[in-house]
Amino acid sequence: MQEPELTEDLIAAHGFTAEEYQEVLRILEREPSFTEMGIFSAMWNEHCSYKSSKKWLRTLPTDGPQVICGPGENAGIVDIGDGQAVVFKMESHNHPSYIEPYQGAATGVGGILRDVFTMGARPIAAMNALSFGEPEHPKTKRLVSGVVEGVGGYGNAFGVPTVGGEVRFHAAYNGNCLVNAFAAGLADADKIFYSAASGVGMPVVYLGAKTGRDGVGGATMASAEFDDTIEEKRPTVQVGDPFTEKRLLEACLELMKTGAVISIQDMGAAGLTCSAVEMGDKGGLGVRLNLDHVPQRETGMTAYEMMLSESQERMLMVLDPAKEAEAKAIFEKWDLDFAIVGETLAEDRFLVMHGNEVKADLPLSKLSSTAPEYDRPWVETPAAAPLTAAPAIDPIDGLKALIGSPNYARKHWVWEQYDSQVMADTVQAPGLGAGIVRVHGTEKMLAFTSDVTPRYVRANPFEGGKQAVAEAYRNLCAVGAKPLATTDNLNFGNPEKPEIMGQFVGAIKGIGAACTALDMPIVSGNVSLYNETDGQPILPTPTIGAVGLIDSSDQLIDGLAQDGDFVMLIGDGVGHLGQSALLAEAFGREDGDAPAVDLDSELRNGTFLRDNVAVIHTATDLSDGGLALAAFEMADAAGLGVTLDTSETAALFGEDQARYLIACGFDQAEALMVAAAQSGVPIAHVGRFGGDTVQFGEASAPLATLSALYRSAFAEAVG
Amino acid sequence: MKAAVLVFPGSNCDRDLSVSFERAGFDVDMVWHKETDLPRGVDIVGVPGGFSYGDYLRSGAIAARSPIIGALRAHVTKGGYAIGICNGFQVLTETGLLPGVLMRNAGLKFICKPAALDVATTASAFTERFDADTPVTIPVAHHDGNYVVTDDVLAELQDQDRIAFRYHEDLNGSVDRIAGVLSKNRKVLGMMPHPERAADPALGLSDGTALFNSIASVGVSA
Repeated sequence: MQEPELTEDLIAAHGFTAEEYQEVLRILEREPSFTEMGIFSAMWNEHCSYKSSKKWLRTLPTDGPQVICGPGENAGIVDIGDGQAVVFKMESHNHPSYIEPYQGAATGVGGILRDVFTMGARPIAAMNALSFGEPEHPKTKRLVSGVVEGVGGYGNAFGVPTVGGEVRFHAAYNGNCLVNAFAAGLADADKIFYSAASGVGMPVVYLGAKTGRDGVGGATMASAEFDDTIEEKRPTVQVGDPFTEKRLLEACLELMKTGAVISIQDMGAAGLTCSAVEMGDKGGLGVRLNLDHVPQRETGMTAYEMMLSESQERMLMVLDPAKEAEAKAIFEKWDLDFAIVGETLAEDRFLVMHGNEVKADLPLSKLSSTAPEYDRPWVETPAAAPLTAAPAIDPIDGLKALIGSPNYARKHWVWEQYDSQVMADTVQAPGLGAGIVRVHGTEKMLAFTSDVTPRYVRANPFEGGKQAVAEAYRNLCAVGAKPLATTDNLNFGNPEKPEIMGQFVGAIKGIGAACTALDMPIVSGNVSLYNETDGQPILPTPTIGAVGLIDSSDQLIDGLAQDGDFVMLIGDGVGHLGQSALLAEAFGREDGDAPAVDLDSELRNGTFLRDNVAVIHTATDLSDGGLALAAFEMADAAGLGVTLDTSETAALFGEDQARYLIACGFDQAEALMVAAAQSGVPIAHVGRFGGDTVQFGEASAPLATLSALYRSAFAEAVG
Repeated sequence: MKAAVLVFPGSNCDRDLSVSFERAGFDVDMVWHKETDLPRGVDIVGVPGGFSYGDYLRSGAIAARSPIIGALRAHVTKGGYAIGICNGFQVLTETGLLPGVLMRNAGLKFICKPAALDVATTASAFTERFDADTPVTIPVAHHDGNYVVTDDVLAELQDQDRIAFRYHEDLNGSVDRIAGVLSKNRKVLGMMPHPERAADPALGLSDGTALFNSIASVGVSA
């Protein structure tokens, strides 16, 4: 089939700048073919090459004694003792979800699950951090219901419990919702599979579903001119099939047990291209592909289409040729395609054949290691103006403004659509801080959380970046888990704008500082840039997914407040109201600076909590909505009233960091006070659980009334 | 005592069910859907939850036509015990071993939450260890759990005391709030809630334990 000629428009449509195209010419010392152009564009686009972010990502702490494998593989790997490892990552699927919410979100979940089981880990937990436009926006309801159904539709059928996540609403996401999917899996630490190919002349095997035209050029192809060169315009959003993914999981895990797998890589963005290049590049080898053998769902597919297709539920593997028959039998058992589509080469070459024609012949190592890298200009985010006096508000009205908003209302409308208990190891389902899953067959548990406060990051990227990590740290400590490591999903606007790049740089510095101080290295992650519509950027949203370990049920905090329990506040503060949830929800104001995060206090207070689990009935971290919201959430969960001594706005709704709220009995409170004094941890008795009203100083309201609001506001707004 | 758990390619509660059987003292064999025979000496067959063949058609419809179903049918015809949970219940109705069909939930959404159930009869090998007057909490997780039968069949189920569990409050639109039903010989149970997710005190829910202990205590081979 005749390939179209490379015109200037076509080059631009592949997302190349003039300089980048010159670089291609310099590498090849000739003009690329159309297929080669597609391959270059797939490898060099922002999504695959991290060309704007690489410089800064390198500054993040990624190492520690607990880290088995940091960033650069399909997912990060962390030691959890007893020869076991947790494998996890978070990744965005923002743009597809905005175009086609159900499939966009579903394939986001599918992609992250594959990243995990490609490494030999069985997925055991998932989370989803979702950001939508304001509830009143005409598109929001459709996006919320589509994304939530898509997440559930895929994860539920695949059979992984969804145990946590976030849902937020803000006008800055009106034209650009965010879907950040997290998955974690369990593997034996000595049975992990990597992507680096090894051995020359080894068979390269295609596994899983057939290739179709879906998702061709997902990220890089979008121009009217370009449509003339392809027979038919196809949607660029992929379609997910969780049933195939489930079979692919089982078949891969079975295959890995046979010793047939030398290396394996899932086909995600830029499918066959990216997976083949990555395996070759990491192994210092070349790859020859014969596209005639690629299992195809449609007829007449070109080399270009096959190389750029983003059809889901596919893997590429380098096979031990001695085990071919055994490997094939496993895939036949699961009714999946298994086809030898190429071999590894000794030379640095990426050779793509189709119908006996050479469609691409490129120096393989140049496709990834020499991909462009930019030091984008950036400007420091100007310091936020200090907060002018906050208006007075009755504290119960303040609480109602929070719990009546879909941002802080109870979100069971969302999480009840997710299977949170499949695999029968879920200790704590979504709704109360971190989700907790038992490590099957052991006493150990893993805790999962995902956090970020985008308002803070916009006002102060450095403190906001720190805060996202600190909040994740606190959510893990609040269930008794020892924080182990993090994955970051960095969602920002257009990096070519110095102020956006400044947000990115500031946030990275803050995240790095916090991860170092709290010993939670970043082991995997994903960057999503250009989240803008009509020049309006999203709020900078560096989502932090974090994992913690609970050694046994003795270390677990998962109870409820009991009648008569003391409300104890750990940590101190000045009543910081800048960028607070109260200002945003009650007054529509987003001014002031973000709260400062003192990492020493975070470490000290978190450690204190974990050292004293035995005397704690339940604990929660203080974040958006401060003391008032935390106390109310505990009261609602226990079905008990709560009385806080203070009625001061700043004390109730201030969002100072490094704080926790604890419920414990009288004797336990005394023990805690003594322990706190010894550790230099600020602690105060601030109220009591009991009765059936929520009382802040003199102001009060029946718990039942408030709970009814809290439990209906989400569905009311967007259901 | 020996249990067999059927495994379809999209089953995802097969392990969970086998763990619960083992906990109650059963030896468990996992049986692949392409098999045509059950292992020798099987007392009870478990049809687990999940998405048997993707369930893009009617839930359980394709599974009901898979090779192993012949063996299941023979086992039941001979008076053997069987339990289908969630997708397994859907499969059992599609095979005709239990009456009725499971339609999309009335609210059209997937529902995952702990559900309060009334034990509607303790006169069965599956429920005899329950206390009829005490509601139990067992989680549900399904999209298609809205149980529908004709009026005649409903009357029959009621008259013959074959309704095993009812939702304490309407959950998904099921007729007569039915959450689980028994076969005519009371040896086949289908239910949407997942007792295997509530059979371990470490997870905070253990009301499902009574079901597995009931089956174990009657010595199902009897």
